[in-house]
Order: sequence, then C-alpha cells, then structure tokens
Amino acid sequence: MSVEHASIRIIDGYARGDTDLAADEVWALEAHLEMCRVCRDRLSASVAAQAPAVAALVGTVWSDLEPQLVGTAPVPRRRRWSARLSKWMTPVMVPWLAMVVGVTLLALLLDLADTGSGEVSLVLLFSPVLPVLGVAASWSRGLDPAYELTASAPRAGLYLVLRRTASVLAVVVPALLLGGWVTGVTAAQWLLPCLAFTSTTLALGGVVGVTRAAAWLVAGWAVVIVAPTLAAGRTTFALATDGLPVWGLILALGIGVVIARRGAYSVLGAHR
Amino acid sequence: MMPAVSAADIAPTPYAWEIRATGLKVRVGRNHMAVDGLDLSLGTGVHGLLGPNGAGKSTLIRALATVLRPAEGNLELLGESAGGRGEHRALRRRIGYLPQEFGYYKRFTVREFVEYMAWLKEVPKADIPAAVQHAVERVGLADRADKRMKTLSGGMVRRVGIAQAIVNDPSILLLDEPTAGLDPAQRLRFRELLQELGKDTCVVVSTHLVEDVAAACTDVVLFAEGRLVFQGTPEDLAGAGDPEHVGDSPLERGYAALLLGPGRGRGAW
Repeated sequence: MSVEHASIRIIDGYARGDTDLAADEVWALEAHLEMCRVCRDRLSASVAAQAPAVAALVGTVWSDLEPQLVGTAPVPRRRRWSARLSKWMTPVMVPWLAMVVGVTLLALLLDLADTGSGEVSLVLLFSPVLPVLGVAASWSRGLDPAYELTASAPRAGLYLVLRRTASVLAVVVPALLLGGWVTGVTAAQWLLPCLAFTSTTLALGGVVGVTRAAAWLVAGWAVVIVAPTLAAGRTTFALATDGLPVWGLILALGIGVVIARRGAYSVLGAHR
Repeated sequence: MMPAVSAADIAPTPYAWEIRATGLKVRVGRNHMAVDGLDLSLGTGVHGLLGPNGAGKSTLIRALATVLRPAEGNLELLGESAGGRGEHRALRRRIGYLPQEFGYYKRFTVREFVEYMAWLKEVPKADIPAAVQHAVERVGLADRADKRMKTLSGGMVRRVGIAQAIVNDPSILLLDEPTAGLDPAQRLRFRELLQELGKDTCVVVSTHLVEDVAAACTDVVLFAEGRLVFQGTPEDLAGAGDPEHVGDSPLERGYAALLLGPGRGRGAW
C-alpha cells in the first residue's frame, strides 16, 4: 500500500508549535499521525531535535510517573489454562466430564471382568447416554452459577451450546473409542446412537430446558433399554447394526430441530 | 493507537429512546403476568426502577436484557425490536446486565472472570485487556484484579458484577439491585459511578432503597404489580407526598402516597 507521508517541514513545524502552520495542515497532520506509525516516529525524533523544552517536559513527566508505574502490578501475559478452557466449557463441567469418563472406565472394567452381564457390552449399553450427562451440565441452571450472565451474552445461544457440546464429545468419544477398542465393539455401533442422543437432548432442551431433557432421556433409556437388556442378557435390538438407519434419522431430526429453534437457547428457558 | 474519532462515534442516532416498551407483557411461570401492560420510554440518564418486592422489577429487567421473551406488546431497544425469536447478537453487544443473583466462578481471578465475560460479549480480542483493565479500575478493584473471586468480600463481588456489566461499554446498562451488599462508603462511590455512566448511557437501576434513587437517579420509574405507577424526577416523587403519609423523608412519603394511596398503608406490609 502506498501512503503519502507528511513532509519533514510540517512535522518539524508541528513539533516546534509554529503558528505559521495552517489550521487545515495541522488537522490533516494529526489525522495522519493517528494512523501512521512511521510519521509518529519521525515526530518523536523531531521533538527531540527541534523542541528541547517539550522533550525536557516529557522527561520530567516520565521521571515523576516512573515510581508509580513500578508500584502497579503488570498485566499478566500468560493466562492460566483453566481460564482459556472456559471458552469451551465452564469450570463446573470439569467434574461432570470426569464422572462421565469414570463411568466409561467402570463399564469397561466390568466388561473385562465379565461379571454377570452375559454377552452384553456395558460400554455399548451406556454409550448413548454418556455424552448426554455432559451436555446437561453444560447448560444447567443448578450447576452453572453464571448461567444468567451467560444467557444474556451475545455469544449465548446455539453457538455456545454447540461449542460446549463439541467439548463434551471431544472428551467422551475418545473414552468410548478406547473402551470399544478394548472390548471389541465397533465404533459404528455406538457412535450414531451417541450423537443421536446428544442432538435429541439439545432439541428437547430448547423446549423444556437442557437439564430436564437430559434427565428424561437418561431415565427413558435406563427403563426401556438398559433394564430389559441386563435382565435378558443379550445385546438389545436398539443397538444392533440394523438399527443404525433409525439412529441416523433421529440424529438428522434432532439437528434439524436444533437449527430451526436456534433462538430458544439464548433465553433463560433453555437453562432449566 | 486508535483514531480519536471513529465513524461509529459520529453516526447519527436512529432512535428517539434507548428503551421503548408499549403494552409490554412478560409471563413468568404458566399464567402469571409479572409485567402486565407496561408503557415506558427511557432515554439517556440514570433511571431508578422502584417498587415493592414482587412488583416485577427483576422480570422487567430480564426482559430488557432479552433473556425473557415478551408475551405480548412491543419492546424496542436501541431502535431494534427485541421481541422476536432471534438471538439479538448485535443488540446484546451493546447491553450490560448485572442479574440480581450474580453467579461467578470461585476459582477465577477478577481479571479472568471479567475477561471471560468480555469474550462472551464479543468484545474484539485485541481490545479485551484494555477494556478489562478499564472496567476493573472504574469499580476500584485494580489492586485486587489478580485475586481469586473466592477471596473477595460480598461488596467486592458485587463490584466485579458491575465491572463485567460495563466491560463492553454498553449503551444500555441494566443493574438489578446493584447496591445490595455494598457498605455506605462503597454505595457513595457507586452513585458517583452511576452519575458518570448516566451521561452517555441509558442506565436502569432496580432498587427498593429510596435513598439510592434520590442520590443518583435523574428519573424515577415507580412500578407495582407489573404496571407503571409513576414516572418523573425524584423531585416530582417527593412532591407527590404529604406530611401525613408514612415515611421518614419526602421521597419515602411520595413513594407511600403513590403506591399505597391516601389513607391506606399504615400497619400494612
């Protein structure tokens, strides 16, 4: 970019405080100085050379200010990781996610120990509802003390919901992947149900509140699927490979509802 | 270095009132109208929102903060309709809000918390450190900026709440019971800050302390059972009361006269 710079005559005159500079020249120069670092540097050099009185005055001000500046604490440069993490999840979500990972590992241990659940993989059985617990914590009135502040911010709404959901999935999916790999459950079997449950929680959450929606879904899953499966001791129809298109459909529906009702996440109603 | 005058500073204001409500109704719960047919126009200045407990002050402030959707009526903020289904991102960038129950993260330092709020309010990344420092200095917490929130006293936490509300340099500032928990000296300092902010901002302060209004507000909005009872200057409010009304100061007597009506009140809560 080619820029016209101020002439040294004008800058020197400005530094000396000459009265023969026209008002419009001064105006143009000041407007230019605001934008142009090069000319500001030239001006400061010019002040030192042309106006020793000004330079002396500035020097005195500096020497007066310096003791006070030493006293003020400098702004810390590096931010703690927990503060940076807050853009992805609230600090109160961390224990919940730890719990979710804990449950995954527990299910994995039980699977490996093969205690009484027959051919059923507990990791597979719990996989759809695990992220739901994290999502509930991400948008909850009871868990997040700053929920009202968050809801009133411009970034609230779908953007923040998706960001926090993504961070939940980023923790839960690797844990499940590990569990699945150890117990020999393929990712295809649990990933779609997992995502479908997450999107349904958010879609329902826009209507009745995310925490409430999560509670309903987890309870529903426990009653309808987990209990009968454990009783019967074989893999449920819901998690069989033929069920995948249905899960895909639920996922698509959930995403559609979330996008259509995007405004619902920026009001207090979604925090119930 | 920032240009001294930006295009946004000299753009004409396209609205007459920062806050304009006509026939506003806000529902709380299933069938209770906490704000019931409110007509209100507020411009630049400090507006004291007075009313008994349960009058709907917090609900009104929440509706103004766009976290509650109006059930009926029109609400225009900064010339933009705030009633619809949208997310109002552009509008929210220009609103500062301190809820009555100010929740915060205990492990954050003051600076981290205000920075986090600035990020949530979409303050440009390059401006955040300066904006945070300025906000923290304005509420007199510069020396505590790097202390954890859990080490602060109740009054200081309240001031952090005010700092986060003003960090985005809002055009509408909504403060719900900001003086709760402040000691008398802090309250005085807070009133000065309010007057300073009121010069170019529409500040709405909800309170049930009549003396706060007298000291800091340019305008009083008296609110009861979801409706506007009175709007005018503190002097007008004082003028509405007669010596026979309950209260220890002219303002309290005016408040009693308008809310309780003549002859009622004494002995009633």
